[in-house]
Amino acid sequence: MNHLLSIIFSLLDHFLTTIVFLPIVGAIILLLINKEKHSAIRIVALVFSLAEFVISLPLFFLFDPKIVGMQFVEKARWIPEYGITYHLGIDGISLLLVLLTTFLTVLCILSSWSAITVRVKEYMISFLFLETGMVGAFVALDLVLFYVFWEVMLIPMYLLIGVWGDPRRRIYAAVKFFIYTMAGSVLMLIAILVLYFINLRSTGAATFDVLELYKTVIPVGTQYWLFAAFAVAFAIKVPMFPFHTWLPDAHTEAPTAGSVILAGVLLKMGTYGFIRFAMPLFPKAAMAFLPLICVLAIIGIIYGALVSMMQVDLKRLVAFSSVSHLGYVMLGMFALNMQGVEGSIYQMLNHGVSTGSLFLLVGMIYERRHTRMIADFGGLSKVMPVFAVIFMIVTLSSIGLPGTNGFVGEFLILLGAFRSRTAYGVVAATGVILGAAYMLWMFQRVMFGEIKNPENMKLKDLSRREIATMIPMVLLIFVMGIYPKLFFAKMDVSVDHFLKAFKAKYEMSVEASAPRIVSVRSGENTLEGKASSSQID
Amino acid sequence: MNISIPEINFSIIAPELILSAFGLVILLLGAFFSEKRGNDHLGYISLLGIVVAFFFTVPLMETSQHAFNNMIAADGFGVFFKVTFLIIASLTVLISIGYVQRADIASGEYYALIMFATVGMMLMAAATSLLTLFLGLETMSISIYVLAGIMRGDKKSIESAMKYFILGAFATGFLLYGMAMVYGSTGSIILEEIAAYIKSKPELLRSPMIIIGIALLTIGFGFKVAMVPFHMWTPDVYEGAPTSITAFMATGVKAAGFAGFVRVFFSALGPFQPDWIAIMWVLAVATMTVGNVVAIVQTNIKRMLAYSSIAHAGYILVAFVAGNDLGTASILFYLLVYAFMNIGAFTIVILLGKKGEENVLISDYAGIGFRYPLLGVSMTIFMLSMAGIPPLGGFMGKFYVFSAAVKAKYYWLAIIGVLNSAVSVYYYLRVTVLMYFREPEREITGLTPFSLASRIAVIIAIGGVLYMGIFPANVLALAKRSIMGLM
Repeated sequence: MNHLLSIIFSLLDHFLTTIVFLPIVGAIILLLINKEKHSAIRIVALVFSLAEFVISLPLFFLFDPKIVGMQFVEKARWIPEYGITYHLGIDGISLLLVLLTTFLTVLCILSSWSAITVRVKEYMISFLFLETGMVGAFVALDLVLFYVFWEVMLIPMYLLIGVWGDPRRRIYAAVKFFIYTMAGSVLMLIAILVLYFINLRSTGAATFDVLELYKTVIPVGTQYWLFAAFAVAFAIKVPMFPFHTWLPDAHTEAPTAGSVILAGVLLKMGTYGFIRFAMPLFPKAAMAFLPLICVLAIIGIIYGALVSMMQVDLKRLVAFSSVSHLGYVMLGMFALNMQGVEGSIYQMLNHGVSTGSLFLLVGMIYERRHTRMIADFGGLSKVMPVFAVIFMIVTLSSIGLPGTNGFVGEFLILLGAFRSRTAYGVVAATGVILGAAYMLWMFQRVMFGEIKNPENMKLKDLSRREIATMIPMVLLIFVMGIYPKLFFAKMDVSVDHFLKAFKAKYEMSVEASAPRIVSVRSGENTLEGKASSSQID
Repeated sequence: MNISIPEINFSIIAPELILSAFGLVILLLGAFFSEKRGNDHLGYISLLGIVVAFFFTVPLMETSQHAFNNMIAADGFGVFFKVTFLIIASLTVLISIGYVQRADIASGEYYALIMFATVGMMLMAAATSLLTLFLGLETMSISIYVLAGIMRGDKKSIESAMKYFILGAFATGFLLYGMAMVYGSTGSIILEEIAAYIKSKPELLRSPMIIIGIALLTIGFGFKVAMVPFHMWTPDVYEGAPTSITAFMATGVKAAGFAGFVRVFFSALGPFQPDWIAIMWVLAVATMTVGNVVAIVQTNIKRMLAYSSIAHAGYILVAFVAGNDLGTASILFYLLVYAFMNIGAFTIVILLGKKGEENVLISDYAGIGFRYPLLGVSMTIFMLSMAGIPPLGGFMGKFYVFSAAVKAKYYWLAIIGVLNSAVSVYYYLRVTVLMYFREPEREITGLTPFSLASRIAVIIAIGGVLYMGIFPANVLALAKRSIMGLM
């Protein structure tokens, strides 16, 4: 008994490590199960993903929102020759993303229950490996460790798309996904190395620890290059216009759960990368690239919405809507004020919940009809009332109706954007209208009207398992919409710290580089002022 | 007249002596049991020899001795390479057991020649004089020429051996000529003395003779390590040679070539670094790019791996250009991890073949991932490692190589390197695409049951790839210690 307790206590010391590697333990246990025993495999996978979620929940409650900086920190030497450490920790930003990951994984495994019937064992193993990669990337505080987890995610996702995806174009989609991400990330690797050697020369400390590297002031000319390399890697993942072309293919061809994870978590890797690495490390360059990124974000918002409107395939429509939603996330982040950044992080979670739900719903209907074409449906609300209600709620959340989570995020982002530069806010706001247009139009065509297609007459409404999958999502939509303080309370300090540190380092970079006198006037929590080389509003 | 008797120190060449002795015994035993082709016992005897040699090699690690009039040394650099060669040789022997029988190869000669080739490689790594280096190179090369053509009934094997021999002899000529030029300019064949002489005579730095000598040496070594534009032989020879020998060549000969290359250029010709770096920069870029781009269009897996081995030589050249101690250490690290992943991949190629049907087309891999799960997973690990995906050893190898380039501020070289590595992902992934995503075009059935030896080889290779990927610190520290005293 004592022995067991001591094990539990030592696990508490390694809380994050436990959360990162528990899914791998599950995967190894799955390896030992006979591949014919599908239900046993599904249950073991579900148990492990549930355990993972349950174990990660205390993070939320034990996390002290008043402390600035990282919590649950673990640090050990890994490759001392390079000063590479096994350094884990979370702040208010990554906390929520970790929880989103563990939460969505459970739902994904539930949703794969009947959708995946071949090679179940390999599927579940891939999924659990993927979870390790995702959680690891969110909690890693060492650049090399982050890079390792970042790349580790690729392989299971690639397999998920390629093996269990839509037979027609899955291979193309899988390879495209892999090559795009890989091409972006290898440049980031070089940038990481350059950063390391710059730091080594200026401070003499060999470290890839991002918290240490935050303190290093990098020469401005170099900052531009390094930021560009990081930004391209992350922008591909987000994906920002014009790097988004892999996304519709990957999302459409992936199996339902793959799409959910891809949209829900993997895209957030990109935005998280900006906020954790690219922006705080290279603030001067971030400011210089700010107009470009904002414009690309707005193009993404409008373009994604317009293209969504024209889609005939439900899944593709949802995929393109991600381009639009992630545009908001980027815009809010680069508004660089409290509202914008908090809205942006909130929108990351929202997008995970609402787009994840949309993919789940599309998957459910696909399982019944084996088609995703909008034209094949119509009048579904008559035969599937429960489905229609849930679909409606999710649609409204995706549009951003007040009372749902989407509203809070979008509102804050637009507020932040207006405060940063009115024009951005105005243009981005039109995207909201377009968003409502394509979602509602789609909903109308699928759900209302006469049932023209006789095949739709006999559709069964959602099963109990499917309702159980959707209920947590619907609850979350309302909780996040009505009582957002629950989540903002956790991130306030971290976001505030992010902005202050960003500003402080920005000023240091400016001083270090330009002898010209620069006045940086700061309004409450807002980075305002006029720098000699770049105009900041 | 004073005649200095060279000090005799057998302990530092003990591993070579042991391997040679075992080689001779195997040759003799082979002659007695000649009617029985594909004798596995000889394979086990060679393994024993390698293990014994290994135990005589490791104690040399921490020493730094010279012997035989400074012709040969037992220093960290040499010993690290010797251990690498012994690992390569043992893996080669492991995968040959069974394969030799299937391919109907005379096992006496086969195993003996592997032993002799390994002796040659070890001499090359330990050589501190141009002459010893040449002796090692020839011992290795001639054994490999014969091994490449050992399947006498097979036209491709004969062609491969012929091609390799003619071009190899030609390249050796260049190398020897280069050595002569260097000797002519400096008056010595001992690397240390060459370096000292160059230092004392700065005007030598502009002497055309020694510069031509360096160029010729580059060609000679470039041929052995399959550097563009001296790579033309690689795909044909790799395709035609017995697969186990292809693995041996791709890893062992390449590593030995680099051992000599690094030793001569860094310890003897160091002052010429600015001269050779410009040309090596170009050659590194060409080698990586040609290797990776041409690999994409291959349909035969042995040819694909041949081009991939050219590309890997290119990555190693990046570290060579970097020229700092980190770069040299990363060469050692890279060659070791490359040995594991490459021999691993060739093992899978061997396992997928059977008598009279080698199944070496990439399309033959369709669907085997689910049919032979362990084989599929192993191949995936080797492919991903070669593509440089963490947490596998190949990633760490590339990480060190490119970090050396970045440290020396060769940013563009590093960028071209990583982009190449992104290109390479395409053809490595293609194998996994076929294995897992496609249905087989024709069933591959009736494979010989995988022998214990080949299973052990795969396990060792995977273990090496994973260990060097997840816990690379120890091997890197060892590599760093090994190159002290070299530069």
